[in-house]
Amino acid sequence: MMDVFPYLVAAWIFLAGCYGLATSRNLIHAVGCLSVCQSATYVLLLAVGYRDDATAPVFSDIEPGSRPVVDPVVQALTLTDVVVGATVTALLLALVVQIAKRHGTVDPDELSELRG
Amino acid sequence: MNRRTRLWLVAVGGAGLAALLVAACLELPDFGGDRHPYGDRAVHESLARHTANTIASVNFDQRALDTLGEISILFAAVVGCVVLLRQTRDEHRARPRPADVARPVRRYALAVLPVALLTGLYVIAHGQLSPGGGFQGGVAAATALHLLYLGADYRTLERIRPVGLYEVGDALAVSAYLVTGLACLIGAGSFLANTLLPYGTFNTLSSGGTVPLLNAAVGMEVACAVVVLLARFLDQAVEIVEENGT
Repeated sequence: MMDVFPYLVAAWIFLAGCYGLATSRNLIHAVGCLSVCQSATYVLLLAVGYRDDATAPVFSDIEPGSRPVVDPVVQALTLTDVVVGATVTALLLALVVQIAKRHGTVDPDELSELRG
Repeated sequence: MNRRTRLWLVAVGGAGLAALLVAACLELPDFGGDRHPYGDRAVHESLARHTANTIASVNFDQRALDTLGEISILFAAVVGCVVLLRQTRDEHRARPRPADVARPVRRYALAVLPVALLTGLYVIAHGQLSPGGGFQGGVAAATALHLLYLGADYRTLERIRPVGLYEVGDALAVSAYLVTGLACLIGAGSFLANTLLPYGTFNTLSSGGTVPLLNAAVGMEVACAVVVLLARFLDQAVEIVEENGT
């Protein structure tokens, strides 16, 4: 069970985010839910890279080869993921600001008839 | 489609997706396993090029081209936000009023500001040695400036934060990354190849070849980008008002 548990946690976070997105009544809440979906990928990536009894792959204070280290490639990918996630959130929130100004609402259901 | 049918559709689709995800998870290699062929090779290459922080080596040496794509995404997002959150014709700029700040808040915000700024710069400078780097340190440094907004008021923040200058800094930092890549192309034969500069002594500030340079460029870009983004959002909240009323 412990062998796959972190992967299942990632799947659960992703589905929770999807549920929030689908039932959202507020665009700001929806942007938050998208961030939740994205954080599932952080958990998945870091879980894939973990190695038992390993430490961080930084050799400024440990002797190279003296201890096992976790996979640095997935950690770098997670960093990329975080940066892209932050930019997407910023851009979406900017869009929400404009929608709120133009249409006076942030409820996606009320925006179904989009005006120009 | 009404709400009820939509919820049903989400439930059915979500259940299917959940089943597929669980099936996929059960097939993945065991958590904590010892087989990480890419990780082992990345560590080996990083040590060969005298970079103590393997993640910095992966980001700014082995996958330097991907990082160029990543900072381009960040740059494009900043440009997009600046365009989306510009002042439109039916809006005008109200001068922000000076605000009263509780004395303890002011004292601690102003006391923490230099510490936070220095921490951000430290994290950027030591990106190739210790955990952190341009992305993390840039965010810390940019956030530190905004302690002025908490500790004083928006006008004080605007005085030390000319947004135009930070927009130029953002563009310059991306160009610096590109120029470093081109220098590698001319000097070493391939774009962003880390074979141009000497690798230096392991675990010192100047180690890692082009890694510290690219790291610094990214740090500057991220710091400027965060300042510009926050400035645009704060402008919307504090300064820009519609013509008719608020």
